Amino acid sequence: MAEQRIKGYQTGTYVVGNRLLDPEERSVQARMDRSNTLTSGHRACRGCGEALGARYALDAAMRATGGRLIAANATGCLEVFSTPFPESSWQLPWIHSLFGNAPAVASGMAAAMKVKGRDDVRVIGQAGDGGTVDIGFACLSGMFERNDDVLFVCYDNQGYMNTGVQRSGATPPAARTANTKPVGSEPGNVFGQGKNVPLIAMAHGIPYVATATVAEPRDLEAKVERAMGMRGARYIHAFVPCPLGWGSASEDTIRLARLAKETGLFPVFEAEHGEITEVSRIRRRRPVTEYLELQKRFAHLFSPTENRPVLDRIQADADRNIARFGLLGGAGEE
Amino acid sequence: MEKPFAITLDVGSSLANKTGTWRTDRAVYVDRLPPCNHACPAGEAVQAWLYEAEEGGEGYERAWRRIVADNPFPAIMGRVCYHPCETACNRGQLDEAVGINSVERFLGDLAIERGWRLPEPGSDTGKRVLVVGAGPSGLAAAYFLRLLGHGVTIREAEPAAGGMMRWGIPRYRLPRDVLDAEVNRIIDLGVELETGVGVTDAEAALEDGFDAAFLAVGAQIGKRAYIPAGTAARMLDAVTMLHGVEAGERPLLGRRVAVYGGGDTAMDAARTAKRLGASDAVVVYRRTREQMPAHEVELEEASEEGVRMRWLSTIKRADEGRLTLERMELDETGFPQPTGELEELDADAVVLALGQECDLSLVEGVPGIDVEDGVVDVGSELMTGRPGIFAGGDMVPAERSVTVAVGHGHRAAGAIDAWLRGEEPTEVAEPELASFETLNTWYYADADRMHRPRLDAVRRQDNFDEVVAGHDDETALFEARRCMSCGNCFSCDNCFGVCPDNAVIKLGRPGERYEIDLDFCKGCGICVAECPSGAIQMVPEQI
Amino acid sequence: MLEQLEGSQAIARTVAACRPEVISAYPISPQTHIVEALSDLVRTGELAPCEYLMVESEFAAMSACIGASAAGARAYTATASQGLLYMAEALYNASGLGLPIVMTLANRAIGAPINIWNDHSDAMSQRDSGWIQLYAETNQEAADLHVQAFRLAEQLSLPVMVCMDGFILTHAFERVDLPEQEAVDAFLPAFEPRQVLDPAEPVTIGAMVGPEAFTEVRYLMHAKQLQALDAIPPIASGFEAEFGRASGGLVREYRLEDAETVVVALGSVLGTIEDVVDGLRDEGVKIGVLGIKCFRPWPLEEVRTALGSARRVVVIEKAFAVGAGGIVGQNVRLALDGLGVRVDDVVAGLGGRPITKRSLRRLFGDVLEDRLEPGALHFLDLDKGVVERELERMRTHARPGPHAENIVRELGIVAARPH
Repeated sequence: MAEQRIKGYQTGTYVVGNRLLDPEERSVQARMDRSNTLTSGHRACRGCGEALGARYALDAAMRATGGRLIAANATGCLEVFSTPFPESSWQLPWIHSLFGNAPAVASGMAAAMKVKGRDDVRVIGQAGDGGTVDIGFACLSGMFERNDDVLFVCYDNQGYMNTGVQRSGATPPAARTANTKPVGSEPGNVFGQGKNVPLIAMAHGIPYVATATVAEPRDLEAKVERAMGMRGARYIHAFVPCPLGWGSASEDTIRLARLAKETGLFPVFEAEHGEITEVSRIRRRRPVTEYLELQKRFAHLFSPTENRPVLDRIQADADRNIARFGLLGGAGEE
Repeated sequence: MEKPFAITLDVGSSLANKTGTWRTDRAVYVDRLPPCNHACPAGEAVQAWLYEAEEGGEGYERAWRRIVADNPFPAIMGRVCYHPCETACNRGQLDEAVGINSVERFLGDLAIERGWRLPEPGSDTGKRVLVVGAGPSGLAAAYFLRLLGHGVTIREAEPAAGGMMRWGIPRYRLPRDVLDAEVNRIIDLGVELETGVGVTDAEAALEDGFDAAFLAVGAQIGKRAYIPAGTAARMLDAVTMLHGVEAGERPLLGRRVAVYGGGDTAMDAARTAKRLGASDAVVVYRRTREQMPAHEVELEEASEEGVRMRWLSTIKRADEGRLTLERMELDETGFPQPTGELEELDADAVVLALGQECDLSLVEGVPGIDVEDGVVDVGSELMTGRPGIFAGGDMVPAERSVTVAVGHGHRAAGAIDAWLRGEEPTEVAEPELASFETLNTWYYADADRMHRPRLDAVRRQDNFDEVVAGHDDETALFEARRCMSCGNCFSCDNCFGVCPDNAVIKLGRPGERYEIDLDFCKGCGICVAECPSGAIQMVPEQI
Repeated sequence: MLEQLEGSQAIARTVAACRPEVISAYPISPQTHIVEALSDLVRTGELAPCEYLMVESEFAAMSACIGASAAGARAYTATASQGLLYMAEALYNASGLGLPIVMTLANRAIGAPINIWNDHSDAMSQRDSGWIQLYAETNQEAADLHVQAFRLAEQLSLPVMVCMDGFILTHAFERVDLPEQEAVDAFLPAFEPRQVLDPAEPVTIGAMVGPEAFTEVRYLMHAKQLQALDAIPPIASGFEAEFGRASGGLVREYRLEDAETVVVALGSVLGTIEDVVDGLRDEGVKIGVLGIKCFRPWPLEEVRTALGSARRVVVIEKAFAVGAGGIVGQNVRLALDGLGVRVDDVVAGLGGRPITKRSLRRLFGDVLEDRLEPGALHFLDLDKGVVERELERMRTHARPGPHAENIVRELGIVAARPH
């Protein structure tokens, strides 16, 4: 949905609100009565993309369910910064159990709601990329294959940020982390590793899979709303930049998310029952360097000398995504 | 519910944790100066009235009212202004400038159609001001002086008000019903208009019971150039020709007309000649197209109408039915130099459009008034060396355009008012310019500019019908909404939405904007980075 | 209703009578027959309303129970051995969050080497997980303990593990008086969760707690588990009143009246021990048995009272702390602190090795004749030849040091099987 739905209203639907739109056409985040499901006072870093993504997703889910929403949260930044005793930033029923079991906890919650005849209460599970693609993956896959009535949201910031920025199965190639330092013959994270959980989710044939970024809250909201209109296992993989782990400026969080999509490095799409149904096309295509150079985790690709071969490989990855998902031909694309 | 100690917490309890203490910089809402406003010679708050127009419907009248707070001629502006606002428009760096002028015209025409009235005059101050000249500058001054409650008398040498808007700009660019409607609206505010009354001595006129005077007599005299000519050669100047046409005369031009000069008046003369029946109208200009002072749109429309251009040419000699031209060449400084190469051009008449001069006889001998380079010296507040006598428009040193003239009238009115009250005019500090770099243009919808339709060239051949049509409601609205609201909040809710700490408070009532909740703002700067219009900035905290 | 049936079937049907709302389990021997039977009951609708989640692992099984319980559903699972270890992290979480989940543990050895047969290594490995651990002696008691376990769990808001010996009980066909539905309903009130995920009253469950409060949280957890020592006896007597038979409780005394020697054990081996003790009593030996029904929390006072007047205690246990010694024995010694009672730890029945009357008889003879070396860890029916050869080989390949040498010296003193 990166393409504007409403044309010519100054900003179309790109901005959060837009006073020119009918109030019903504005986003959840534009509403003064939004839930602020993750409220102020949390201890996320300045400019945290995950805090933003979680509020976007949960506020949309709260609105879609009329506030009848309960959540299971994996261990990780999101859990730690939101619930240090004695203060909680959550404004919905929420449970944190373990790092690797959020999807299973959510399955149990959904089963409880079903058995109690409370089908109106919907269940959301959420985790960072570590809790989703790595340690939580077995539970996630199990929840998928059983088609449990859970929407699981992964806030992907591409590494183990809570523990000091280590590599995860979602860390991109060449990125510096605490255990993929730019030393040795292959500086940064190696190429040819990692897993694409959205595609793996699709392979389960579950009703709904989508990717989104914090740069397009309306798109994310629409996907959450769509997911909440369905039953069964649903998965949203949200791209959330991490100023701390990426070494980016706190104000660049949304810019980076936008660039991730506009470079083709992070394809934004929707799929139903294993088939891609919608692709968010690139609006203003950018070279990957524009995205990479804003992040210190890629600084070794630019100094002391530019590492052209590696930059070319990353560009080639982006180009492959563009070809594979058909990302060109968007609204602003010449 | 019985909550186990420490394991289970009350929801929303983190509100006790004021993360604002982390902050080293804070976000502050600002109103930067939009480049359109900055560039407007009449001082219109362009972004502000577009903001109102963007709403359509009721917003149109609010928009119009916002315009006439600075300029009483929206319908005229929407036709004859060369819109430096659009040249400055930041959107020009994105795709194409907003068609501000077309929206202004739409609003101006709508106001005439709906009979919207200008604001009521202010309560009577008992002061009387003489305005000499009913051109754009004089009329604007009269308008603003009336709003301030001063009595105004305009003395105009011509039989009708309008100045160059009437006697210089052809009807196909400015239909006279539009002109009359906007001029009359001003007169209707209680301005005494005396037409056919020239002022020959400003000092004497002032003593005719006036407390101050504003002189705006314009530049009515066509500049002449020495061109060796045969006795039968027909030569006239463009100002006289255009004036004559407006007065109902039909100048004798013949079939083939050469116009000498490269300004807008040259274009008007050539296009008028075509309309009067010339089969061939050629503009002879000694420099190149790029150097010509005429505006691009004038050249374009003239070309559509079959006007031909002879660049890098001077007229060496005029004979009956024939001109001798010399080809010019640009030297390394870009200045045209004669080459000695001669050409001939068939022409029954030569119209000189080489600029205009002022008749300043009315200030001759007025103590304190200095004339330099053919124009009257004025201070920054447009007062001449004679206290109480102000001057503006084409007769003072400035770019000569209707819009500049209106701006002078506006400024002079304020200065006269201050002077009459014995006060210093108030200087308003200009905010920082809203540059393109302060914007986040990602957020603006892809929206190609809508251009106003122009009459087919074949339909322009033998009449003075208006060439450029106005926008309809939908198109005008679309164009207004292309405005990026540079430097000023337009209630897009981005800051409210993108704050990871919910530290932006949406005030929510109409016209109200947002506030930063300093209890929780960590100073990340996302709201600043993602504000489309650059209306927020980071400032360091005092720690 | 008396029926001749497999232990697993008895458990499944009793659990079903407890009306669990969410069952989440992963198959592992010897628990399989229990969960298979429960899935049948859910599919046929005999157990309804109930959601049965066929999860991908024991970790998920316990996690789903955590979610279900936190959402206010009565949750149940069953596992054994490796499965228990695989859910270990979630076990601690369930108890830490105070979620009243009930689990059947079909006790089985832990590998490597992999072994599917019975011992108590699995349960004992999780003795500090914060779960209440009840041990069944018979299938009847196993069934009855589940009814009591749900009541206990929900009364205290703590998870309860019912341990029953794998194969020995789970796969044994015995006559069991299955608790009738009406009686269970009368005994076990509907689940009233202490804390619940409810949109009408939102709470945050599972906060992060730092040094400023973690000690207090753990202290309270300890105190809460100790409350079970007060809660279990009335539940057991209430059960007896309702169902007409004694089951459960903290400990069970057998012929302790004037016993100078007391054998302590838990689980199904108690029956065998009692048979041997009966024989010795017939011979005039002052010997008795103390069965531990509740191992966590540890009924220290009850054990001290029961054993305080004995001269010696021998603890027979199906697990041990490698490198340290007996586990139950350590707890018994703690209970008898200062009383001067000698306690010997005897490891028996590991990995399914039968504990025969003959071996027990020989062991008790050694005890009574004071032939056990004090302070040593004893192994029933150890094949001395095998280990001696192996240790000898180790000695030649590496220097084992004095401790291993001591073990060799002690080998075979206790009831070494002749071969």
